[in-house]
Amino acid sequence: VDGGDGLIGTSVFAPASTPANQILELSHLVLAVCAGIFVVVAGLLVWCVVRYRHRPSDGPGDPPQVYGSNQIEIAWTIVPLIIVFVLFLVTARTLVALQTPGPQAGTLEVTVVGHQWWWEVRYPGLGVVTANELHVPAHVPTVIALESADVAHSFWVPRLAGKTDLIPGRRNRMWIRPLEPGTYLGQCAEYCGTQHAHMLLRVIAHPEGEFERWAAAERGPAVEDPAVADGRALFESTACVNCHRVGGTPAAGSFGPDLTHLMSRTTIGAGAAENTPANLRAWVHDPSTLKPGARMPAMQLRAPAVDRIVAYLETLR
Amino acid sequence: VSTLEHAVPARPVAAASLPARLHGWVVTVDHKRLGIMYVTSALVFFAIAGLEASIIRAQLALPGNDFVSPQVFNRMFTMHGTTMVFLVGMPMLLGIGNYLVPLMIGARDMAFPRLNAFGFWLFLFGGLLLYFSFLGGDGLYGAGTAPDVGWFAYSPLTGRAFSRGNSTDYWILGLLVSGFGSITTAANLVTTVVTMRCPGMTYGRMPLFVWLMLVDAVLVLFALPPLTAAQVMLAFDRWLGAHFFDAQAGGSALLWQHFFWIFGHPEVYILILPGFGFASEIIPVFSRKVIFGYPMMVAATVTIGFIAFGVWAHHMFTVGLPPVANGFFAGASMLIAVPTGIKIFNWLATMWGGRIRFATPMLFSTAFLFQFLCAGLTGIMLAVAPFDWQLSDSYFVVAHFHYVLVGGLLFTIFAAIYYWFPKATGRLLDERLGRWHFWLLVVGFNLTFGPQHLTGMLGMPRRIYTYLPDRGWDGLNLVSSLGVPVQAAAIAIFAWNLIRSLRSGAPAGDDPWDAWTLEWTTTSPPPAYNFEELPEVRSRRPLWDLKHPEDPDWRHE
Repeated sequence: VDGGDGLIGTSVFAPASTPANQILELSHLVLAVCAGIFVVVAGLLVWCVVRYRHRPSDGPGDPPQVYGSNQIEIAWTIVPLIIVFVLFLVTARTLVALQTPGPQAGTLEVTVVGHQWWWEVRYPGLGVVTANELHVPAHVPTVIALESADVAHSFWVPRLAGKTDLIPGRRNRMWIRPLEPGTYLGQCAEYCGTQHAHMLLRVIAHPEGEFERWAAAERGPAVEDPAVADGRALFESTACVNCHRVGGTPAAGSFGPDLTHLMSRTTIGAGAAENTPANLRAWVHDPSTLKPGARMPAMQLRAPAVDRIVAYLETLR
Repeated sequence: VSTLEHAVPARPVAAASLPARLHGWVVTVDHKRLGIMYVTSALVFFAIAGLEASIIRAQLALPGNDFVSPQVFNRMFTMHGTTMVFLVGMPMLLGIGNYLVPLMIGARDMAFPRLNAFGFWLFLFGGLLLYFSFLGGDGLYGAGTAPDVGWFAYSPLTGRAFSRGNSTDYWILGLLVSGFGSITTAANLVTTVVTMRCPGMTYGRMPLFVWLMLVDAVLVLFALPPLTAAQVMLAFDRWLGAHFFDAQAGGSALLWQHFFWIFGHPEVYILILPGFGFASEIIPVFSRKVIFGYPMMVAATVTIGFIAFGVWAHHMFTVGLPPVANGFFAGASMLIAVPTGIKIFNWLATMWGGRIRFATPMLFSTAFLFQFLCAGLTGIMLAVAPFDWQLSDSYFVVAHFHYVLVGGLLFTIFAAIYYWFPKATGRLLDERLGRWHFWLLVVGFNLTFGPQHLTGMLGMPRRIYTYLPDRGWDGLNLVSSLGVPVQAAAIAIFAWNLIRSLRSGAPAGDDPWDAWTLEWTTTSPPPAYNFEELPEVRSRRPLWDLKHPEDPDWRHE
């Protein structure tokens, strides 16, 4: 399920991280056991249907009545009990392995906060805040703390790990360890309102060294480009700044995504559209054209004003 | 069985006017008429829920489709799920139970006939109240909106901050009212089975369907009140400033999930146990063999009833429970497979060595066995907590519970309708139309829900109104949607079969299937008093004893 342009699919059968790998190993065993049971039981059913269907040659009267058999019934109680016991043991082993990872030196800690309908990504140790794209180093574990700013969400990047919910008032933890650099797709997996479908997420696993360069660039303030000074002034004089933050400027809102390095991101609206100038313009004009129900209101700006703001936004690399 | 020896007077021809007849239905306390009204109302709600599902599948047929808005889509899956569970499944099963239990235990009516009528009307008006939201909901998006919070209505999405207007209140009140109806009917069923069995019918001689309904009703009595309580708490949160589920004010959003699933998981067994009951009556009759291992079947049923209350958090493996809790609920959920497996093996053993007649009820029961086997196996996969972290809330879960509730339960309901329709109306349903109904439904159902196992494993979450074309989900979704018209054709044929057979079906006689339980000893349809003389039984199959005096069952039990 390779999407071609560097995007990789979301199949649980193509794990690329330690937890997803361990889950797939366990699920191979479970699938094999279930397939075995299926073949036996479905086979018996087919045999009954074929062999014991009424035939004209059967003649009148009913077949011999069999009321039960203690031996047989005990057998098909004990055998499933044994299978269940084995499955329980392997389940418990994987549970412990994945839920109680020991202390790992040098582990990156990230906090992901779910919002209707986007992801806030904070790196407390690095002083970086971004949205909808989680950048991590490949080959080393990253611990992800999960919180919610409003309703329940669920963090699911199938190739990296199983899902974990973001629930208001709780701080859940999970971890990933991507085994190769790349872009891994995911999305919110707990229904969270109108635009649950457009709460997409991507995890970018960087090769060694590259993650630090990315973090250094993200940590810096916004680029100042005198050519778009009027766009910036307009941005800072409208309601944009009530919700959005642009580092190093008076824009310090926290309700919407941080825009300091907006242009480093591939999509806008948490995956609702590609991050292109045309889409940005449409979004600033009226987000509901790209994402009906989005929390950001139409800003009621005339076209020239939208153009100036978009020109400013496009400099936020 | 003495009734057979008496001529039962034919039912007087209905000569009354239409208003008088309708009035008769409205004021009736007869368990049979109430049962028929339950089933009829459930079928109407079934058609509505099917329409909602069709809208869902039409929207998802293609990536990026804009057949409906996200708001409409979210209302559709909320109302589809809520309707199917509370207004189709529950009333259908309580209704058929209502109709059959007194007949099967040789009683003249339920223990509390007026309470019985009250329960039905509570259910019906609760359902109408829920559907009134389409006109009066006045929610977030303007006038007239149905609930859009999902059928399990997780907090805090249902709080006033996120669900403005009244749509969530309609969800709370509609289900609260119909829930009280279910509780009264369950109390009635338990009392009836405990106190009104005919002479000779010990617990060990009750038909399996009666056992299943008894355990089912007990589950309703213990499972529904937690939901009712949680809904009252939610109403308090919304209207009286309480903070049970409001995390920002010290409440717990997670608490709702616990309350809901403490109801919600037993609810799954409440829905499927009567289906087991139908299969346990129909499979022996059409295999021409006594049920294999009756005591074990009863024991398995009671075991399922107990375990049902200890597995709720397998719906919550992803909420961040500690490993010990996850392990406990995984183990308990897997344990359910043992009694369920016993049932499947006993049904197979009943068919083994039989002379199986594949009339429509048996066709549906056979497909039930196959599809329920699939559902059970995917259930085991979901019980493996780490695997569930991948599968939970994906289309795999959607596939799993539709294999349980449609492939399992709905197929047994159709089996039951084909089997007992002659008893209730005096006319047989048409076999040829029945086979069309069956085969189209088998094909359509598996076409729609089979591929969803894969869509889920390929990473598609449930409840999304659209998806991108680059995820590899397009083809599978299209196949899923193409199954819908096939299923719709099956249901249309079924509706036509019902209408046609009611008017001009072949006369059924008292015992068209050569069956063995007490309801087949009285006329079709039975008189208001069911039995002229209360029967007396000596075994589990009183009619077998009567038909085989040389080798009666009571010699073997």
